[in-house]
Amino acid sequence: MLTINEVRKQFGSFTAVDEITLEIPKGEIFGLLGANGAGKTTTFRMILGLLTPTKGKITWNEKEISYETSDLVGYLPEERGLYPKLTVREQLIYLGQLRGMSRSQIQEQTEKWLKRFGAEEYLNKKVESLSKGNQQKIQFIAAVLHRPELLILDEPFSGLDPVNVELLKSAVHELKKEGTTIVFSSHRMEHVEELCQNLCIMHRGKSVVQGNLKEIKGSFGKKNVSVKADFDLSYLKDTNGVLKHRVTADGITLQVEREEVAQDLFQAIQAKGFVRKFELEEPSLNDIFIEKVGVVHE
Amino acid sequence: MSKFMTVMMHTYRSKIKSKPFLISTLITIALLFVVTNMNEITKMFGGDEESKVAVIDKTGNTLPALQEQFKTAGADLKAEVYTKSEKDAEQSVLDGELDGLLIIDKDASGMITGSYKAEDVTNQDLITDIEMALQQIKNKAAAESIGLNQEQLAAIYLPVSFDKESLSETAKSEEEAAQVYILVYVLLFFMYMAVMMYGSMIAVEVATEKSSRVMEILISSVSPVKQMFGKIFGIVLIALTQLALFVAAGFAAVQLNGKLSGSESIIEELKLNEIPVPLIVYALIFFILGFFLYATLFAMIGSLISRVEEVNNIMTPVVIVIVAAFMIAMYGRENPESAFVAGASYFPLFTPMLMLLRVGMLSLPVWEVALGIGVLIAAIGLFAVIGARVYRGGVLMYGNAPSLKLFKQAILLSKQEKKDTTGL
Repeated sequence: MLTINEVRKQFGSFTAVDEITLEIPKGEIFGLLGANGAGKTTTFRMILGLLTPTKGKITWNEKEISYETSDLVGYLPEERGLYPKLTVREQLIYLGQLRGMSRSQIQEQTEKWLKRFGAEEYLNKKVESLSKGNQQKIQFIAAVLHRPELLILDEPFSGLDPVNVELLKSAVHELKKEGTTIVFSSHRMEHVEELCQNLCIMHRGKSVVQGNLKEIKGSFGKKNVSVKADFDLSYLKDTNGVLKHRVTADGITLQVEREEVAQDLFQAIQAKGFVRKFELEEPSLNDIFIEKVGVVHE
Repeated sequence: MSKFMTVMMHTYRSKIKSKPFLISTLITIALLFVVTNMNEITKMFGGDEESKVAVIDKTGNTLPALQEQFKTAGADLKAEVYTKSEKDAEQSVLDGELDGLLIIDKDASGMITGSYKAEDVTNQDLITDIEMALQQIKNKAAAESIGLNQEQLAAIYLPVSFDKESLSETAKSEEEAAQVYILVYVLLFFMYMAVMMYGSMIAVEVATEKSSRVMEILISSVSPVKQMFGKIFGIVLIALTQLALFVAAGFAAVQLNGKLSGSESIIEELKLNEIPVPLIVYALIFFILGFFLYATLFAMIGSLISRVEEVNNIMTPVVIVIVAAFMIAMYGRENPESAFVAGASYFPLFTPMLMLLRVGMLSLPVWEVALGIGVLIAAIGLFAVIGARVYRGGVLMYGNAPSLKLFKQAILLSKQEKKDTTGL
């Protein structure tokens, strides 16, 4: 279990991370959300032991993470960090050895992962000659090669096409099944929604929302109502309890204060004409994010 | 394999295979062979050919004496009387039939004068030979004119008998001083080369890792200290490999030259094989310690910059220090006793060169040498500690141009880190 206890990190007078407390059980995928500069990477660096918290403590299985335990941890940094002039093979051998692996283990794992990602032909290619997506795959392999107990993924899906995103997602799922604890950050809410049971939204170093995804959505209160009909629906926005609205191509999406408002809306459109769709939806993580952080994010 | 070894071997392997390394090694070895065998090579290109000089002897009786002089001096030159006009001779020179034209005449006081004409007057050897021969003849004539005979003339030109002897038991003989000078020169040259080549290699390595962001993965798996020293030792291994190759090649080249020319090899001539063993040991100690000092400095510098292009800017001050050490050593060669040199030899960045110079040239008490080595080791320790800190802090900082402020920032960033995580 990864425990982050009242951790604060200050750089001079600037507080990058402010009193974060998290508990991430073994074998779970945990999402860390936040805009740029929210403190995600600083948090990761503290988990990895690259930075020492100004205050508080981070432990993995009750032990502080240090260079003695670094073989148990895998890290995929936000920006690609590979030697441009080395071949994929040389690269993985070096990085694997630094995580305490033997050459034969590295060989075996490299083959396995390259095959899985359909990238066998790149084994003896220089990294600089690979496409961004393929570099990211190699970066991912470098992070998981030594079968870490704790895997930190900082923006793992950035710059990948949808096919490769799926490929990586399924790999993450499989690692989770094998018992790896995974902490990852992302801008993309749908990735977080799809992968995580628990999450934390950070804003300016503080944790704004944290907990179980379903509970967060449930306790958020506000819901979305999506309506499609053959007549003009724009008058619905003036109904009591409607907070926001968005007119779509063939209908309207409304954010409502609470579930009961949906009933009022349903009453309002009855007998007006043919209704193609009326649906009460859970709020999306994106809605929650915008609400809590107050900024629009991709 | 420990992680330190992994870093070291990785650095060694990736550099030793690199093209720049192979090319620079081969070129240097080729140069060594060319330089040591220069005399043989010039001979091969026909530098041996006799020069043909036409002589118009207006005095009528100087030519035989001149030819005699050339013979005794062993000059590669054939002087022949020329019977046609000066104009014709000049034409022959331009046509290349003759190498030059010498006109001998007498001035108003009856002294011999010479005038040499050639296509160009760049062949200094030939011109000096002619001038010397004429000088001899003139001297002889002048001596005769005032009634000196051959013996008296010889007595005038006999060099004075002058002996040097040092009274102190431990003082260095002239020969020893020459050996030291060569050794110091070689060491200085190696230091300079090592700092330029390997120093920048270290800085570039670190900067590359930083700019490619691979650093974040690296320092999450190995402590910065292990990483820094793994890198330094890896580069030291490369330096040693390269130097061993150079020394072997240099030795082979000198041997080859000895065989080709049949004369004493340069090693015997300079009695380099008689350099006292302690001096060689000192030279090795100072070289290795000096190398580590500068290597640590460069690793520290490399971690402060975020782009490879900045390596050159930040290297300049270090190169200036090396050049300064070189200048002081040159001065110290003439004035080894100077208090300035003595003082400077305790400044760690100068110690490797200057202390070696002093050990060699003077009879230094052991404690002074020991103090020098101590200062050097202490400086390496200090640089290593600061370097490791800057390294740890610096590798996570990006973007800013290198500056003192950055340096402080890096220290500050790492100061807060606990000892157990720095891996010290």
